[in-house]
Amino acid sequence: MEIPKSFLGYKRENGRTGTRNHVIILPVDDISNACAEAVANNIKGTIALPHSYGRLQFGADLELHFRTMIGTGCNPNVAAVIVIGIEPKWTKKIVDGIAKTGKPVEGFHIERTGDIGTTMKASKKAQEFVMWASEKQREECPLSDLWISVKCGESDTTSGLAANPTVGNLMDKLEPLGVHLCFGETSELTGAEQVCATRGATKEASEKFMKTWSSYNDFILKEATDDLSESQPTAGNIAGGLTTIEEKAFGNFQKIGNCKFIDVLEPAEEPTKGKGLYFMDTSSAAAECVTLQAAAGFNIHLFPTGQGNIVGNPIEPVVKLTANPLTVKGMGEHIDCDVSKILSREMNLSEAGDELIKTTLRVANGRLTCAEALGHKEFVMTKLYRSA
Amino acid sequence: MATDIIIHDKKDNVGVVVIEKITPKQDCACWIMEDDSSTNIQSVDEIPLGHKIAMVDLKKGDTILKYGHDIGKVVKSIKKGEHVHVHNVKTKKW
Repeated sequence: MEIPKSFLGYKRENGRTGTRNHVIILPVDDISNACAEAVANNIKGTIALPHSYGRLQFGADLELHFRTMIGTGCNPNVAAVIVIGIEPKWTKKIVDGIAKTGKPVEGFHIERTGDIGTTMKASKKAQEFVMWASEKQREECPLSDLWISVKCGESDTTSGLAANPTVGNLMDKLEPLGVHLCFGETSELTGAEQVCATRGATKEASEKFMKTWSSYNDFILKEATDDLSESQPTAGNIAGGLTTIEEKAFGNFQKIGNCKFIDVLEPAEEPTKGKGLYFMDTSSAAAECVTLQAAAGFNIHLFPTGQGNIVGNPIEPVVKLTANPLTVKGMGEHIDCDVSKILSREMNLSEAGDELIKTTLRVANGRLTCAEALGHKEFVMTKLYRSA
Repeated sequence: MATDIIIHDKKDNVGVVVIEKITPKQDCACWIMEDDSSTNIQSVDEIPLGHKIAMVDLKKGDTILKYGHDIGKVVKSIKKGEHVHVHNVKTKKW
């Protein structure tokens, strides 16, 4: 298949390209969710991103909170942002971080005004933003403007046999065309970590990976009270035939094809070394991982599943694929790309990779994903430890 | 010929069922992805889609190889053609 050289995206002020044109209402903290949701309810075409944290956090955990908030606002799938927090200082910090992109952003704080007054002020600004954004048109953009993140979920052995290698085939075909790529799931590489480390493009990248994996593994061993059965692999994984974390890891690892990763990113850290594949240190829980990748600036997500994970994200479209024919049959409304014919050998891996490229471009051009049509907007902050 | 079981790598001692299920004493056609070769096995147990079958006799302490790599240890001996899963294989990691 000849791969198209371009797609239709939204050009942003900072040179990045969006596959979506969202106006988001971003609460700084848990107690500002109600106000953010009231604004999104008032002003049609905006979306609120409620979450559970943002108070009394400190140190690296607080830094991650800000990086995720600011990164989410900076994502090129977002046209404009209303930030609402309880107090002015942290609200302004997030507004200032997002403003560097040049996109419209305004902050509101609730103290001294209350929910109702803040909702009114923020709604007026949100209306202005959404009407401005509604005039934005898609333009032809080079394929290299795609930043593709990947993460698998509710995996089974069909993931490692077919759905994950399909993503790997797409990576092998798109990496030479200059796209940015990102995989994560530090804990789910356990058992395959030594093999994964050999896929660093430089000695420095490989060493950084091993350090990151060891640190995560030490944390798991420290907190574990049993052998993690029912957590890793999950009950769904086991039902699908996956027996151990090592087996899951080697299946997981098929997603990067033959690509080498050029750098290891902190959670939600924006890549800065140019085109190519990056590894990000993330949890393996679907919504946490995708939220971190979206906050790093990735504009479309590929999600292979076995037993049928149904996750979505409010700003980054999540494309689902599966090779499990029972999942296609039982929950087809969640599957954007069916590659189950690989198992019956009616389709080879390269044909499946081509199908996934076609689906990815249709979604990049504006086709809704199943998760978007079904209203999946899981926005889940990663919290590193207890608050002060 | 239709494929009942796929094996990732020639070194692997397990294969994955890729039809809805295999039944006891079924003669199964296996495809080895790595070198596009074929082999056969007769099943002992009923094994559902996505679950693994032992391609050889395995004894306690043996290593399960899949993708050509170590994916865990045998904790209860397994006969060729039997179901391989959490009841007879455990992680070496956690």
